Amino acid sequence: MSLFRTELRRLTKRRFTRYMTLLGLLVLAAVVVGVFFTNQKIGADQLARAERQADQQYQDQVRWSEQERAACEQAKKAGTATDGRFPDDCSVITPPPREQIEAEWFLPSTFNFRETFDETLIPFAAILGLVGFVVGASFVGAEWSNGGMMNLLLWRPNRLTVLVTKLAALLTGILAVTLPAAVLWFAGFWAIATFRGSTEKVTSGVWQSLALTGLRGVVLVLVLTTIGFALASLGRHTAMALGGVVAVMVVGQFGLGILLSMASVKFAEAWLLPTYVMAWMTKTVTLQNWDSCNATYYGECKPETVDITWQQSSVLLSVGVVVILGASLWAMRRRDIT
Amino acid sequence: MPAVLEIEGLRKTYKSRRRGTRNALDGFDMRVDAGQVHGFLGPNGSGKTTTLRTLLGLIRPDGGRMTLLGHEVPDALPTVAGQVGAIVESPQFFPHFSARDTLSLLAGAGEVPATRVDEVLELVGLRDRAGERVKTYSLGMKQRLAVASALLKNPKLLILDEPANGLDPGGIREMRTLMRTLAESGMTVVLSSHILGEIQLICDSVTIISLGRRVAFGPVDEVLAQHSSGAVRVRLEAVSDLPAATDALTRAGILVTGHPDHLMLAGVDKPASVTRLLAEHNLYVSELAPIAVDLESVFLELTATAPVPGQHRQVDESMKVGGTGQPGATGGGWGA
Repeated sequence: MSLFRTELRRLTKRRFTRYMTLLGLLVLAAVVVGVFFTNQKIGADQLARAERQADQQYQDQVRWSEQERAACEQAKKAGTATDGRFPDDCSVITPPPREQIEAEWFLPSTFNFRETFDETLIPFAAILGLVGFVVGASFVGAEWSNGGMMNLLLWRPNRLTVLVTKLAALLTGILAVTLPAAVLWFAGFWAIATFRGSTEKVTSGVWQSLALTGLRGVVLVLVLTTIGFALASLGRHTAMALGGVVAVMVVGQFGLGILLSMASVKFAEAWLLPTYVMAWMTKTVTLQNWDSCNATYYGECKPETVDITWQQSSVLLSVGVVVILGASLWAMRRRDIT
Repeated sequence: MPAVLEIEGLRKTYKSRRRGTRNALDGFDMRVDAGQVHGFLGPNGSGKTTTLRTLLGLIRPDGGRMTLLGHEVPDALPTVAGQVGAIVESPQFFPHFSARDTLSLLAGAGEVPATRVDEVLELVGLRDRAGERVKTYSLGMKQRLAVASALLKNPKLLILDEPANGLDPGGIREMRTLMRTLAESGMTVVLSSHILGEIQLICDSVTIISLGRRVAFGPVDEVLAQHSSGAVRVRLEAVSDLPAATDALTRAGILVTGHPDHLMLAGVDKPASVTRLLAEHNLYVSELAPIAVDLESVFLELTATAPVPGQHRQVDESMKVGGTGQPGATGGGWGA
C-alpha cells in the first residue's frame, strides 16, 4: 500500500475528521432545509393576497390621513398649541398615492435561482473551508504533538515527501467531500427553486457563471485547508493554526479595522482579508468613500469608489499559500525533530 | 565481525541566547558489531537519545560520520530505513486507534505485508488486545506496541530506547528473552536502558556515554574487568595475625584497610601474589576473594553520578572524558 493511500486511510479513520465533516455537512443541510421552509412559490393566490394587503394598507393610510387632517383643522379652529404636530396648512396632510404601496412588498419570500443562488455559495465555501482548516490543522498537528510524525519518519526518512503526501491525501479527502457536497448543494437549491421559488431565466450563461463561482468556492476550501495544514505543521501543533487564526482575526482584522477607522483611512476595508475573500467569491467588491463628492452631470454627489476584483484576491491567496506552505516545507526540511 | 552501526566523532551543538552554547554530543564514537545485543548507557541528559535521533535522521548533526549497515547516513537513510526498526523515547500513539490499526497504518506506509501485523502482535503478546483502543492500554502495553512497531519491518538492526520502561517483572523477562531470540536469529539489537542489571544480563557489549562523549565501550566482561578496582578481601586462619599481615602487605606497596575480622586490599593485580607474600611470613590465608564489580557500579563510577548523601545532583552533573572529572566541570548534555 502506498504512503498516499495509507495517509488517506489515516485521515478517514480519525474521529475528529469524521465528526467535523459530519458537523459541516449537517450545517449545510440545515441551511438548505431552512431556506426550503422559509420560501414559497408565488402563484395567483399569493399575488391576489398581496394585492389585497396593499389595498388594505392604502385604506389604512387614507383613514389615518383623514383623521389627522380633521384633528389638524380642529386644532387650528380652537387655536390649541400643537407643539409642531401639525403643518401650517392642514390640506397638505394627504395619503400616499396608491401606486406607491407595492403589492410585492406583501409577497412571501421566494427563492429565485437566477438571482439568489450565487449568494448561497459563499456560506457553502465558508463552512466547508472552516471544516477543511480545522481538519487539516488537526491532521498534521496531532501527528506532530503525539509522536506519530516521528514514527512515520523512521519508516519514511524523506521528510518533504512525507509532508507533501500527507497534504495531497488531505486535499484529496476534502475534495472528495466538497465536490459531492457542491453537487448536492446545486441540486438542493434547484429543488428549492422548483418547489418554493422560480427557475426562470436560468440560461446557459447563468449556469456557466454559477459553475465558475462554485469552482472558486471549491478553490477557497482547498486554500483554507492548505493554510490550516501548513500553519499546524509549522508550529507542530494543532493549536498553532487555530491560535494563528484567532490572532489574525482579532488583532489583525478587528484591531486593524478599528485603527483604520479611527485614522479615517480611505477605503479601510481594502486592508482587511474578508474583503478579498468576498471579492474572490462575488468577482467584485466595490468600496465607497462617503467623505468625497464626485459630481455627476446632474449636480448629484456620488462617493468615490474602488473595486476589489477576484483577480486581486487570487494574487493575495496565492501569495499567502506560497509563503505559509513554503515556510512549513522549509521548517520540515531544516528543523530537528525532537 | 562487520560493524552494523558505526559512529565517529559525532557532534551536535545547541545554541540558545538564554542558555548559551551546549554540546549535546561532543565527538561521540560508537561501534556495534553484527549479531550483538549492545547496551547503550548513560545518565539522563548525557546524549543517548540525541545520538539515536541523529542516527535515524531526526536531528541534523554538526559534525562526524555515521554508518548504518555499511551505508553512510543520513544520506543513505532512505535505502537502509527498511532494515532498521527503532523506537526512540517514550512511544506515543493515536489514542483512538487500535493497536492493529496503528500497526496496519505503519505497515502500509512502509509497504510491509499486512500479515506481518498479526505476527508481531503475537510476538509481543498483544494478540488478544489488538482490537482495543490504545488509550485503554497501560504503559507496559504501549511499550509492547512500540516494540511491535519496530519489529514490523523484520529489521536487521533493532534500536530500542528504554524498551522495558513500564513493563512488569514478567514483561521484563519476556523482553529479555525476546531480545536474545532476536539476536540468535541474526538480528543486531541496540538497547538503551537504565536498568543496568538487565543490560548486564542481556548484552554482549556496551557503550557508556557521559556528557556527549564515550567513556567506556567493549564487551561487558572487559568493561567490568577494566573498571574493577583490584579489590580483594582477605581472611586469615588467626584473627590475631591481621596486624602482622597488614604490616607485610603495606611494606609490599599494597593499600590495606583493616577490619575486625578481615582486611580489604586495593590495587591488587594478581591475588595469588598476596597468598605467596603472606605465606612467606608464615601467615596463612583462609579466604581470598576478589571483589566483583557490577555494571551499575562501573556506570556510577564512570559517569560520576553516584548519589552523595546530602547533595542533590543536577542532570548535567556527570563525568566527561578528558575533563577534570568533577561533576559539572564542563557544559554539555542537552536534549537527551
